[in-house]
Amino acid sequence: MSNGALGAPHLPRSQPLAKPGIALVSARRQSLLRAGDSRIADQIFYYLMLACGASILALVVLIVYELITKSSLSWHAFGFKFFFASDWDPVNDKYGALPFVYGTIVSSFLSLLIAVPLAIGTAVFVTELSPRWLRTPLAFTTELLAAIPSVIYGLWAIFVLVPILRQYLQPWLTKYFGWTTLFEGPPYGIGMLAAGIILAIMILPIISSITREVMTAVSQQQREAVLALGATRWEMIRIGVLRNARAGILGGIILGLGRALGETMAVTMVIGNRPEIAKSLFAPGYTMASVIANEFSEATGDTYLSALVEVGLALFLVTIIVNSLAQVLVWSVTRGMPTRNG
Amino acid sequence: MDSKPKSLNLPHEISFYRRAVNSLVVGAAGLAVFLVLLPLGAIFAYLVYKGIGSVNWAFLTQTPKPVGEPGGGMANAIGGSVYILLIASAMGVPLGIGAGIFLSEYGRNHFGNFVRFTADVLNGVPSIIVGIVAYGLVVLTQGHFSALAGGVALAIMMIPTIARTTEAMLLLVPIQVREAAYGLGVSRWRTTLSITLRTATSGVITGVMLAFARVAGETAPLLFTAFGNQYWNWKANQPTAALSLQIFSYAISPFDEWHRQAWGGALILIILIVVSVTAVRVAAGRGMLRGAN
Repeated sequence: MSNGALGAPHLPRSQPLAKPGIALVSARRQSLLRAGDSRIADQIFYYLMLACGASILALVVLIVYELITKSSLSWHAFGFKFFFASDWDPVNDKYGALPFVYGTIVSSFLSLLIAVPLAIGTAVFVTELSPRWLRTPLAFTTELLAAIPSVIYGLWAIFVLVPILRQYLQPWLTKYFGWTTLFEGPPYGIGMLAAGIILAIMILPIISSITREVMTAVSQQQREAVLALGATRWEMIRIGVLRNARAGILGGIILGLGRALGETMAVTMVIGNRPEIAKSLFAPGYTMASVIANEFSEATGDTYLSALVEVGLALFLVTIIVNSLAQVLVWSVTRGMPTRNG
Repeated sequence: MDSKPKSLNLPHEISFYRRAVNSLVVGAAGLAVFLVLLPLGAIFAYLVYKGIGSVNWAFLTQTPKPVGEPGGGMANAIGGSVYILLIASAMGVPLGIGAGIFLSEYGRNHFGNFVRFTADVLNGVPSIIVGIVAYGLVVLTQGHFSALAGGVALAIMMIPTIARTTEAMLLLVPIQVREAAYGLGVSRWRTTLSITLRTATSGVITGVMLAFARVAGETAPLLFTAFGNQYWNWKANQPTAALSLQIFSYAISPFDEWHRQAWGGALILIILIVVSVTAVRVAAGRGMLRGAN
């Protein structure tokens, strides 16, 4: 078998055949064998691939290192107070990141509030209710939402969503829900609400596809057992499917949260970019990612730049924690099945 | 589910309440699908409607005109995007595929798991953070914004996606294929490259294209790396225009003419993404057939 190849790279058997197709194979096999009997080559290849794999570790270490060293100036100047002070004043070199933290949290949770019911509804429809022929096209179409670049969402939001909010939705909300004091102030269109809605549209596909994945992972017997007890279809979905998949669905939601926290461009384009903490969802706000996007390249002064990097470091740490938690949750349901985490 | 409870001929009727809740939820799920598809349809329709009007020959061949002058185009931004993406691919694709090979062929151990987890972490890092890091690495060392910095930022974003999809695709290749090659006396590295990777070519390329499509429209990491440019630039160490950057700055500008061009740019960007992904998929399909013969 292989001992022939160890010493003699040539395979005489394949030489005399004249057919071009087979000659091609033999030439190919020859080339495979000729270059392939070196242990050193194997070792080199292994270390090369190891280096590629280790480069991923190196990149994460590099990111952490860069963020920590570049933000140390601001860290030493302001300490923990940085995240609890709300004055962002580059002119006087005083920085407090609270408005950004607030904006990021509010816009992300607002988007979850809108996206989660829709995403789960879509996933339920696609996996349990829709006719078989409709499943793949529906799944594909929701995935398409994920392929649209963030900046195009922003563009659409500025010119389509914001005018709709200004003219129709916001006056309506003030009229009927004004008493909650969440919908006060002039309807600019741009502001926290617009950011929340556009974020919801953007994180829908990821939540929906993960939910679909974990629902598919629930075994068919579970469904049949519940149906056999006389359940309606919804009861079957609730008891047989959703209850078994809830950890994974929670994971999908948290993964969506991770996306929303770090999302930059679309939010920057519609949130209004004003470092203020306002109770009304109509008021303009600012998020951690947007402040970096807007001010980083114009930041003059070391402390200013350092403060922005510190905002970045905080954002990085939060998204990592959120994403890791989500991975663990999704994994607990799909266990072993490959998940899409892109 | 094919069998409805109704068809079971149960001795008792399902109560009105339960039936009502069932119909309500089914209706709500259908409504959810509609509400999800609505923005998708609206975005694409509006994009084509607004974009088609602004894309013309001048748009595709000229550089931007100063404010107030009508006309001009995004040729340099289109070129710049392609240029930055090529730089990113040149760095990100080999590294990503290499990491994928490592994970699938040598990574069935604790270290492999650790790398796998790290790749997923890196995948979830917000793109704006990657921009900060590329700024620190390249822009600060070079002294100015550059196409190279933009490429590095996008490459960092490509690597984990490519690594994980390559790994998944290589794992799909049956172990027997590798054993057959070993049996013929082919060494391990040669087997990996010429047999395993080759068999999985189509899938690996699809993964690469997914990563490519993901970063092609990225704006945040380019803001302070490639920075943008009103003119042509092919020097890797100079600021370079990019389609996404141009769309962003035009969209938030107060000029109607620029808004119009932003829609044109957005349409081109979507087409660029869709065309490149489809083209490579077709090519990969053919390549796989060749490899199988």
